[in-house]
Amino acid sequence: MKAAVVVFPGSNCDRDLAVALEQITGTAPVMVWHRETELPEGLDLIALPGGFSYGDYLRSGAMSARSPVMAAVVAAAGEGRAVLGVCNGFQVLTEAGLLPGALMRNAGLNFVCRDVALTVENSQTMFTARYDAGETIRVPVAHHDGNYFADAETLDRLEGEGRVVFRYAEDVNGSARGIAGIVNAQGNVLGLMPHPERLIEAEQGGTDGRRVFEALAAALG
Amino acid sequence: MKARVTITLKPGVLDPQGRAIQNALGGLGFAGVAGVRQGKVIELDLADGTSEAEVDDMAKRLLANTVIENYRIELL
Repeated sequence: MKAAVVVFPGSNCDRDLAVALEQITGTAPVMVWHRETELPEGLDLIALPGGFSYGDYLRSGAMSARSPVMAAVVAAAGEGRAVLGVCNGFQVLTEAGLLPGALMRNAGLNFVCRDVALTVENSQTMFTARYDAGETIRVPVAHHDGNYFADAETLDRLEGEGRVVFRYAEDVNGSARGIAGIVNAQGNVLGLMPHPERLIEAEQGGTDGRRVFEALAAALG
Repeated sequence: MKARVTITLKPGVLDPQGRAIQNALGGLGFAGVAGVRQGKVIELDLADGTSEAEVDDMAKRLLANTVIENYRIELL
């Protein structure tokens, strides 16, 4: 599998993602700076990392979504290449229009940084095939703006099409219908607020995040 | 010329920051603040002759997120 991790100014989980990808797929990803206008040839996966790109100026993810590289990411997503956005990466994907809705300030106003329980709602995606539907896993979150918002019609469509992939199994940030992660209609773009890359080996306190990367490695070769 | 773009959350979108401001005003002894909605104001210094349509395009493409926000443009 050939993967790239996009690095924005203020990304801080880019190396965590790179370590997870290299450990689990056996190949180090290409790190791509956000000013690039083209992505490397033949990518199977593009990962957008967590962090506080551009200091969350204007809105979380708003500036990064207009970075030169994002036009290439949008085009690659349109070609069916896998795109994974974690935390700030999820915010960038919504701001770029690759995923519906928006991530707003946490309802409790506090930055939330702890392990949370998640329910895997859909195990039929290339990102979640190694989980069982209905399984509860624990994965860390670390965000201030993770409160998912979309209008009722969009939420109904997401639910009806099985596009709510991860749901909080506890109250975390006020997200509409407890949404923690969604995929696009084609199923090749996943955005989620929790950080699977932070929980890939026992030394980190658990391995519940590992199977996201194992599933991608199996699906993408 | 200048333009001012005022960005507000759409009605129905929860505004936890507005709620916190409301609570703080109550704490300062201001009675009767029934609600607070906060937003942002962006002032643009523009080349003379910039059209309102162009500012509207700026607002749509970057300044506001129309999933959650409304905006109002004033040319000054």
